[in-house]
Amino acid sequence: MPRQRVQTFGVHAILIAYSAIALGPILLVVMNSFKARNAIFGAPLAPPSGQTFSLVGYAKVLSASHVGLYFSNSIVVTLVSMFLVLLFGAMAAWALTEYQFRGSTPLALFLAIGVMVPIRLGSVAILTMMRSAGLNDTLIALILVYVAQGLPMSIFILSEFIQQIPKDLRDAARCDGVPETRIFFEVIAPLLRPAIATVAVFTVVPIWNDLWFPLILTSSDSTHTITFGVQQFLGQYITDWNAVLAALSLAILPVIAIYVIFSRQLISGLTAGAVK
Amino acid sequence: MAEPASQVVVYMPRARFLGLMALFLGPAVAVYTALSIYPLLATMGLSAYSTDQTGGYHFVGLANFTTLFTDTDWSKPFWNALRNNVVFFLVHMAVQNPVGIALAGLLSLPGLKLKGLYRTIIFLPTMLSVVIVGFAWGLILSPLWGVAEGALKSVGLGSWFAPWLGLPSTALVTLALISVWQFIGIPLMLIYAALLNIPDELVDAARVDGLGHFRIFLHIKLPLVLPTIGLISILTFVGNFNAFDLIYSVKGALAGPNFAADILGTFFYRTFFGNQLQLGNPTMGAAVATTMFFIILAGVAAYLLLLQRRMNRYAF
Repeated sequence: MPRQRVQTFGVHAILIAYSAIALGPILLVVMNSFKARNAIFGAPLAPPSGQTFSLVGYAKVLSASHVGLYFSNSIVVTLVSMFLVLLFGAMAAWALTEYQFRGSTPLALFLAIGVMVPIRLGSVAILTMMRSAGLNDTLIALILVYVAQGLPMSIFILSEFIQQIPKDLRDAARCDGVPETRIFFEVIAPLLRPAIATVAVFTVVPIWNDLWFPLILTSSDSTHTITFGVQQFLGQYITDWNAVLAALSLAILPVIAIYVIFSRQLISGLTAGAVK
Repeated sequence: MAEPASQVVVYMPRARFLGLMALFLGPAVAVYTALSIYPLLATMGLSAYSTDQTGGYHFVGLANFTTLFTDTDWSKPFWNALRNNVVFFLVHMAVQNPVGIALAGLLSLPGLKLKGLYRTIIFLPTMLSVVIVGFAWGLILSPLWGVAEGALKSVGLGSWFAPWLGLPSTALVTLALISVWQFIGIPLMLIYAALLNIPDELVDAARVDGLGHFRIFLHIKLPLVLPTIGLISILTFVGNFNAFDLIYSVKGALAGPNFAADILGTFFYRTFFGNQLQLGNPTMGAAVATTMFFIILAGVAAYLLLLQRRMNRYAF
């Protein structure tokens, strides 16, 4: 069937072309970050070779900024926020889906407002609150805001997952007289592990990548996250192409590494619900 | 959503049940109310005040909004930012969503090889920080580096090149397209998931009737994923009218040249925090944020009324 062959070929041609568009800019930046200045400008599209290989940009970034500190700040903020978003989100989602009581529907709607309305719009008041609570310029301020930001979406996603858990499981546990709190923490919570990937894509990735709240709530070097730190660094060293490309690559590579390792889970998490 | 009331509720003593709900719901509701809902309401409240030199607050009613919409010093940049934001959104609707839907259609073709690899690659930019993406594209499009110019030259279109990010006439659309490049993964994945949800029997029946892949997609699959298209439209709307990071990192708070790339997010930031040209003004900043809230609310309400008449459980 030649017609089908042509069709398949065409489909792959389009997908390969778009993949090149998606990947090209990232490859270009990472590739050139390992080259000497002359080679960056002389032959931007050539991969680094024996003669053009250089780590001068990385040396500059590591000496001129606290990348290590920024990374650890980002990791602390992201992991603590993720843990709390998942824990509080799962508990709330469980309570709202499992126990129907007067007020559970209005409460669910109240929590759903945050799915659509960005928390950013409250920044003016958030800054005032953090200042008066003495939390300005601390990682705690960022974590609190990110937990509030992530909760509505995580409650929404986790509710969907909880509804798919067979009813028999908790009923069996109840017949055995297991207390309600233990049913949640020992029976339900472990079953929610597949949902972590979905929650991560929708709530954790935006936290790692956020520029707005670090810009507003943090001012000193010691509280910069990697996204904000790199942004500040790039602004200062914009004419030093080696340093700029190296800083960009340092921000890109860990994300790509984690993404590639978990991409199967992430993508199946994204399309979850489709595979029933 | 409506499930039969759990039997637990019936048998458990009322006080214990309340304690249990407080335990489960308390932390989430407390953090969310204190840091999301309260600041939003407080910001709206603040928009009805103004400050004087001594730092005292005075109630001024809707005066801040009158200033924002009609006083030339404020209204010119405001309407400019709103207009630009509409353009920014329309570019996403015209490019990001159709291309995302088309790619999802191709990826969901039965028996396609390398599907997983394509998905992983095309979704990759969505995972990166907007800041990183903005700077990377800034370098690529820079006439200093000449990568974009070189690429156009190699296909004989060298004369088309212009410093798009620097020209007032093209900066905004170029930034919108960079944003499209980054976020195309969202419509792609949501539509892809919805397409997988379509029962095989429907598609098989159409194939038996002799329809080709393209017509099956257009006449059978596409109408079935309309609710998801509505969902990605509203997600795009909320995301765009709240966008800030990309334009700030590529163009700075002034969103130049000559405010050509200014959108509501950058206008809000300048108003609230100040910049080289003006001092920060929290009460006017609150008025801008409140206006943005009502714009987003109008979008969401329109979506719920028009597109979501029949509440469809949306699948991710």
